[in-house]
Amino acid sequence: MKTTFTWKIGGEAGFGIKVSCMMFVRLCVRMGLHIFDYSEYPSLIRGGHNTYQVTVSPDEVFAELHEVDYLVALNEETVRLHLGELTKGASIIYDPDVVHLDAAEFQQKEISLIGVPLKKIVKEVGGPDIMRNMVAIGATIALLCAELTEFEELIAEQFAKKGETIIGQNVDVVRRGYAYVQEKHKRECTHVLTKQEVKSKRMALTVNDAISLGAVAAGCKFYAAYPMTPASSVLETLARWDTKAGIVVKHAEDEISVINMALGASFAGVRSMIGTSGGGFSLMVETLGLAGITETPLVVLNSQRPGPATGLPTWSGQGDLRFVMHAAQDDFPRIVLAPGDVDEAFALTRDAFRLAEKYHVPVIILSDKFLSESQKSTEPFDLGDENIARESMLTQEQIGALTEKYKRYALTESGVSPRTIPGMPGGVHLANSDEHDEYGFTDETSEMRTAQHAKRMKKLEAIAKEIPAQKMYGPESADLTLIAWGSTKGTVREAMRILERENIHINFLHLSHLFPFPVDQVKRVMQNAKRTLLLEGNAAAQLGGLIQQFTLTVPDETFLKYDGRPFFPREVVAKVKEIMSS
Amino acid sequence: MSEPEQPKHRASDFNTSTFPTWCPGCGDFGIWAALKNALVELGREPHDTVVVYGIGCSGNMANNVNTYAFHGLHGRPVPVAEGIKMANHGLTVIVIAGDGDGYGEGLGHFLHAVRGNADITYIVHNNQVYGLTTGQTSPTSDKGYKSKSTPHGVIEEPINPISLALGASGTFVARGYAGDIKHLTSLIVQGVQHKGFSLIDVFQPCVTFNKINTHLWFQKMTVKLEEMGHDPSNREAAIQQAFRRDQLPIGLYYKEDRPAYHEQLSQIAETPLVEHPLEPLTFDELQKEFM
Repeated sequence: MKTTFTWKIGGEAGFGIKVSCMMFVRLCVRMGLHIFDYSEYPSLIRGGHNTYQVTVSPDEVFAELHEVDYLVALNEETVRLHLGELTKGASIIYDPDVVHLDAAEFQQKEISLIGVPLKKIVKEVGGPDIMRNMVAIGATIALLCAELTEFEELIAEQFAKKGETIIGQNVDVVRRGYAYVQEKHKRECTHVLTKQEVKSKRMALTVNDAISLGAVAAGCKFYAAYPMTPASSVLETLARWDTKAGIVVKHAEDEISVINMALGASFAGVRSMIGTSGGGFSLMVETLGLAGITETPLVVLNSQRPGPATGLPTWSGQGDLRFVMHAAQDDFPRIVLAPGDVDEAFALTRDAFRLAEKYHVPVIILSDKFLSESQKSTEPFDLGDENIARESMLTQEQIGALTEKYKRYALTESGVSPRTIPGMPGGVHLANSDEHDEYGFTDETSEMRTAQHAKRMKKLEAIAKEIPAQKMYGPESADLTLIAWGSTKGTVREAMRILERENIHINFLHLSHLFPFPVDQVKRVMQNAKRTLLLEGNAAAQLGGLIQQFTLTVPDETFLKYDGRPFFPREVVAKVKEIMSS
Repeated sequence: MSEPEQPKHRASDFNTSTFPTWCPGCGDFGIWAALKNALVELGREPHDTVVVYGIGCSGNMANNVNTYAFHGLHGRPVPVAEGIKMANHGLTVIVIAGDGDGYGEGLGHFLHAVRGNADITYIVHNNQVYGLTTGQTSPTSDKGYKSKSTPHGVIEEPINPISLALGASGTFVARGYAGDIKHLTSLIVQGVQHKGFSLIDVFQPCVTFNKINTHLWFQKMTVKLEEMGHDPSNREAAIQQAFRRDQLPIGLYYKEDRPAYHEQLSQIAETPLVEHPLEPLTFDELQKEFM
């Protein structure tokens, strides 16, 4: 009996797929299992094809698997679209009154048809149509030879606010779906859902959730945003937590206002963050430069989706790397981070606030739809014991000890000029969008322009020293070295797992810090690798260009995908095999 | 307004080491003087006041007022000021912008700040022309106004900032004239004291590029609302005054008491946000949501 499986549900938007699936995931995580989930949906509220899938395993799951073992088909289209993903021995759970399938065809393909009268069962208890998902989950739990007790407890907990009737109805339909399978589809279990012993309760969360937690942990007190998929959930999560966490969340009139408000809040001394996707980021660009020249700290989340313009609003891609690196006119120092999973997202968000404040620069965090909306199981985050320290900011005592008038843009060795914040006597200054002298007054002389510009750029030297060693996975030496950044991390790691089972060993350099670019390490890896494969979710090989620019080397092979879907492990496996056999 | 018996500061305390670069006779000098006078009258300190400036001749005042200052982008000073106020509502936050700045690029921000009743004082230098870019039409230029960018005359009707603010539920709507510093000072003082968004649109003659809306013209055209017995609590009357063309009323059009934006945020009811400790108030409880 297998313990790792992928369960998928598909139907039209408005079928209430998400809520019930979240509960199935929660059940698996509470039972001590690991999960990774993934959803696809068009930019519509009703109609259109929606899917949601989750891979469940006693071992950590790094990415969604493309191979589906259990498919809940709420309509016929779901079967048609996803038949190719079904494994040998897979089961389709469907309502024979709604979805008409030819038994002979599926028998030939070794796929079990698990007909359950979803609609009829819901009708029997007088529930709404969306409860069909719950019947299907009941049926799934029966197929996985697990008990219902835990799921019933979860229903009671999750629907507590909705009252006894709703709880009762849900429990009822789940039981009926479960009983129906036990009675009509009695068979040996192919996969089992068994409770695992775990040290502590795990979480299941998206990168957007992890970024929200990271922001709170870092002392972020102001978050502004304008809703835009796939960044919106950070706005919603932080808004839900605002009074509990003591954070002011502002849904502003547009993205230009968003970034200007955050800059104002940051200038006034509050750790501030904004979130958007590429389109909204485009609107923010001029103000990003304002953060650069006024040397105001700011953390910016750009959760990418394919573009240009509206592009594919609910799909994924990695096309904004060069854009965020170069956005806004002329040069100014910035930092670009790209976490590869929820743990990195939490850690890097915390560090983003530290770096922004220490160097008075904007720090951009790149996520994408795939990471921002996929839940992964992980251990609870540890805050550690250290208090958050304010950096590069004068205390009132230090201002008092100044022997001359305070200079906001003092020409210092490191390029960092300690700031003061409004309200502090003696620290009065002008934060100036115009090129300025050391006090902040407008100055267009050749000497001062050169000195201030050089001072700002100088900060990159110190920042570069803060870039940690980028993570390397797999054996030290391998016939093929894969290089990727950001969200492809989990997929590559999952692919490596599959390859290892087939005795194919590759190694993998994952870049989570894109700018300043980890030049020395990448150069070393490129020089020592026998053969390199670059993998990116864009058409221009944007990281490839950076590698060329900074290391004067070129990856041997590239694997680019820009169809809006993330890489799937099996695609990476196939590509690696193709390269290694050539 | 009654002045404190012994003002803490003189207007010159709010000067910086640099002198304005405006043309001799520019209306901006009058606004600059009124702003400094108002800060003195209000008993404000350079360190407890932030002035946010847009881009234009008006924005260049950033170099000339000794308070904490943020010189931002064209059209964007209002959201910066809103952010500052949310971060530290103990500060007095004033915005200096121009008509291109405030009613062109920044029109959206202006109306949204008005409806949110953000507690900032918005002083718009309205000279009905683009001065710093050397004489193109502005959103407040009169229909038919000929400029470098509209040689055949402006086709659009001018923006009416007073009626827009009233229409967006503004709680303090006023207009001043740069040539009457005493009157303008009083409006700025009232605007800063008002809890909520205060619009002070200021007629500001551009002596170099606007040969129509001159000092002489304004002196002829302006009338004082307070001398007309206008009741600033009467919105309908304010709207009527806002649409007058025969004369240009200056003074307080409308005032209403309504909670300011920051006063409706329970997170900062006790202490300004900037004084909150950086350590999260709660963390484990938030994490539990994902378990």
